[in-house]
Amino acid sequence: MCLAVPGKVVEIAGEGELRMGKVDFSGVQRQASLAFVPEVQLGDYVLVHVGFAISRIDEQQAMETLAALEEIGDLGELGPPDEDPPPPGRREGS
Amino acid sequence: MRHVDEYRDPAAVEAVRRRIRATVTRPWTLMEVCGGQTHSILKFGMDELLPDEVRLVHGPGCPVCVTPLELIDRAIAIASRPDVTFCSFGDMLRVPGSRDDLLKVKARGADVRIVYSPLDALRLAREQPERQVVFFAVGFETTAPANAMAVHRAKAEGLANFSVLVAHVLVPPALEALLSADGVEIQALLAPGHVCAVTGYRDYEPVSAKHRIPVVVTGFEPLDLLKGVLAAVTQLERREARVENRYSRVVVRDGNPAALRMIEDVFVVSDRAWRGLGEIPRSGYSLSARYAAFDAERVFDVGGIAVSEPEECRAGLVLQGRLRPTDCPEFGARCTPEHPLGATMVSTEGACAAYFHYRRGPRETAAAG
Repeated sequence: MCLAVPGKVVEIAGEGELRMGKVDFSGVQRQASLAFVPEVQLGDYVLVHVGFAISRIDEQQAMETLAALEEIGDLGELGPPDEDPPPPGRREGS
Repeated sequence: MRHVDEYRDPAAVEAVRRRIRATVTRPWTLMEVCGGQTHSILKFGMDELLPDEVRLVHGPGCPVCVTPLELIDRAIAIASRPDVTFCSFGDMLRVPGSRDDLLKVKARGADVRIVYSPLDALRLAREQPERQVVFFAVGFETTAPANAMAVHRAKAEGLANFSVLVAHVLVPPALEALLSADGVEIQALLAPGHVCAVTGYRDYEPVSAKHRIPVVVTGFEPLDLLKGVLAAVTQLERREARVENRYSRVVVRDGNPAALRMIEDVFVVSDRAWRGLGEIPRSGYSLSARYAAFDAERVFDVGGIAVSEPEECRAGLVLQGRLRPTDCPEFGARCTPEHPLGATMVSTEGACAAYFHYRRGPRETAAAG
């Protein structure tokens, strides 16, 4: 029930608590309330839950997250590759 | 799909997985709180990617699953009335009440509708003023602003034929109850990213401090989940215990102010009974006095319907992370999505449903043998 889907705002109409947007989810377009994301502009990505945008997706944060992931991939201290057995764990109780 | 595909990239998943393996030196037990995360984990096989030391247990984050039996019976009593159009999210329809479920009531001719949004129910109320339109307002904090808006709009528009049956629950009080119980094995929490999109994560800071437990705000895609696990085990290995936001493209510390204002306008915090967990103080929302006229329990006088929980379903243990669904003797045998004993087998966020859909191998093989 907390499922929420990211989509791009392609149309905006109305104001305040009646502000609605047409949101494009990879080609499928649906109306969603934009009442809770007053800062959202055309072209922004929002996270939609039961017909309401609950969050604007922060592009800067998304890029930083992905950049940090690339960094992880680049580091040489990743431990043994996939086919090697896992390192022995020091099991201390549970 | 943008903001989805990037977080399913196999090379990146492998890199984070190896980092987790290089970080972990001892066994740790993590709970992912949200049932949506449970389904992602099983669907993508994330649990099988983790080193043996990292065990994921599944939390109570399935609003349909924790809705008490008596509320289902009250919903059925209301939906059975000839003057009522009863609207609900889809996965509530198959949840067993004490005798029936909403789907059977619908099959007998009741006007039960599946809606995508509470605004759909509101539209039905506008379109058919001669009928009573009731919306089953189930959900965690994620859904509360939407359901609050429906009630708020109904009042603003003077829609006297609209009401809601409220079954709203809150995550932090449930975590507090879970962590305060005896014999807790949970050492870190992956906090529900979409709940936190609405509320922020300030309410998790006292939980983390009191129980000395890492709490990592986590998203729903494979990489989000692995990043959440990595952050949690890194804290555990360093003996740290704090709230960390690993879903920063969606979540900020203070949450969504417009959504929180709407919740505050319509709801008040109240005690709530949780199926499987019992009564938890200040763990849910009820309509505030200003909106009492929209309370379906009052409109239809069903507050007196009280029943106790069935004993044969062990969903309570599943919801506390104390029983793996496949270890339940009824799993896949007497209990299936077609004939469920409890809500965890039917909800799209129920742990039993997740195992039934994605992980039936060993038991089926054993049963066949």
